[in-house]
Amino acid sequence: MSIAHTPGSSDHARQQSGQPAKAPDDPRQSSPHAARQAWMGLLAKSSAVDLAAKVEAYAEEAVLPSFTWLRAPEIGGVMVRGRMGGTGAAFNLGEMTVTRCALRLDTGETGHGYVQGRSKRHAEQAAMVDALMQTARAEAVRAAVLTPLEAGKQAEQAARAAKAARTKVDFFTLVRGED
Amino acid sequence: MYVAVKGGEKAIDNAHAWLDEERRGDLGVAELSLPQIREQLSLAVNRVMAEGSLYDPDLAALAIKQARGDLIEAIFLIRAYRTTLPRIGHSHPVETGKMACDRRISATYKDAPGGQVLGPTFDYTHRLIDFKLAAEAEAEAEAGAEESTPAAATGAAEGGDMPRITDFLNDEGLIQTEAPCDTTPPDMTRAPMEYPAGRPLRLQALTRGDEGFVLGMAYSTQRGYGRNHPFVGELRIGKVPVEMDIPELGFAIEIGEITLTECETVNQFAGSKTEPAQFTRGYGLVFGQTERKAISMALVDRALRWEELGEDNVGVPAQDEEFVLAHSDNIQATGFLEHIKLPHYVDFQSELELIRKLRGDAMATQAQQTQEAAE
Repeated sequence: MSIAHTPGSSDHARQQSGQPAKAPDDPRQSSPHAARQAWMGLLAKSSAVDLAAKVEAYAEEAVLPSFTWLRAPEIGGVMVRGRMGGTGAAFNLGEMTVTRCALRLDTGETGHGYVQGRSKRHAEQAAMVDALMQTARAEAVRAAVLTPLEAGKQAEQAARAAKAARTKVDFFTLVRGED
Repeated sequence: MYVAVKGGEKAIDNAHAWLDEERRGDLGVAELSLPQIREQLSLAVNRVMAEGSLYDPDLAALAIKQARGDLIEAIFLIRAYRTTLPRIGHSHPVETGKMACDRRISATYKDAPGGQVLGPTFDYTHRLIDFKLAAEAEAEAEAGAEESTPAAATGAAEGGDMPRITDFLNDEGLIQTEAPCDTTPPDMTRAPMEYPAGRPLRLQALTRGDEGFVLGMAYSTQRGYGRNHPFVGELRIGKVPVEMDIPELGFAIEIGEITLTECETVNQFAGSKTEPAQFTRGYGLVFGQTERKAISMALVDRALRWEELGEDNVGVPAQDEEFVLAHSDNIQATGFLEHIKLPHYVDFQSELELIRKLRGDAMATQAQQTQEAAE
């Protein structure tokens, strides 16, 4: 088992291909890494419990490949920034806990996990899914893990938005009596 | 000066063992689980995350449990833990304009595009103790929620963008703009504070500052100690994704999402003979659902901007950056305050000796004077 900081060669190739697009409206759309960004983001934002349930169910059907650690899971902090007035210059808002790891499948694909919180298992499973999504098993993994996670996330958001919408009010300014 | 003492190990061990017992309380009452604290005391969890300056609801719940509900003690635990974390990096500034809002209100525009969304608020409650909660009337509450479902369908359909209120004012040039700028902001957790601190550091200090202190400072400006006539232009609470550049990948990904409370105040004018009058603004952004704190932060932020906005310093506390920032941190404050209860025997011994000497000298002089007078 090797623990090293070196990223996989495929990542280097990506790095050369250009900076992430920084269009103010949607940085995803124009990025060449849009698909991978989308699944990595989904894996990070899903709860560790939900991800574990999906990955374990998938592992029962198809054995997960063996791998070596490029970076064993580690817990750290990320400084979250905000903008003055929401749109102005940046300031430091406070940190959040993040767990990250990197692994390489025996077939050579490199998977990265960067997830909110302190669950090493969450990071490992995110990295495993990230790696698998670069293999021939991508479609099966998408169907077993990503699609249901995305559906769950959207249902949750819709339920919350509906609750918020239910509290939408119209205030009327009353005419004062004195005229 | 503090001089260390030795001994007392046995007593200290026993005190800590008893503390554990007292924390647990009556064994006949079920023990609190962390998910119970996280889900049912979520506003306490939010405060601990905000002032602990670390977003991690599970950890904050654990700290609250360990601290027996003493939130400043819990914040202390979080701050101590925070210092042990390696810093992985920093996020892109969060896009609060794209927040998935649970709550979004404006006190300035009745018909704000996107609407006034009250969210789960204490506002408009009667602040009467609800004895039903003591009787665990949850089934009843659920039944009530079912009945109001039809309204949800109409509301959900029109969900969508909630533009910033300040943007409308901006369109007319009625309010000062906040131009984006990508310089690296200073970080008070990495370098000691120096004054003048500047607005980025002030906002960092205020967002992690003690809620009570920041509230008190904000209230002082409302009562006339540096009045600046604030309106809550907008208050929004909801989730935003956190995005970060991953160096080994060469692109940015979302690493999670956090709940934030943002408050923008619209305040009275700045302007001069050469520049037309414009509304000014104060800003509050805090982890979690923490609106009292976010509004307070915005008022204090606005008060501290007096110099930049060309106002007079009328010498009030809320205009004094060093006064506000140096006293806003409850961990620094409690550390210094509470240390005076620890053994200061050597210190006090020297004071005792000094006062005995002073009194001895004074009495000797007095006795001498009496004797002289008698003669």
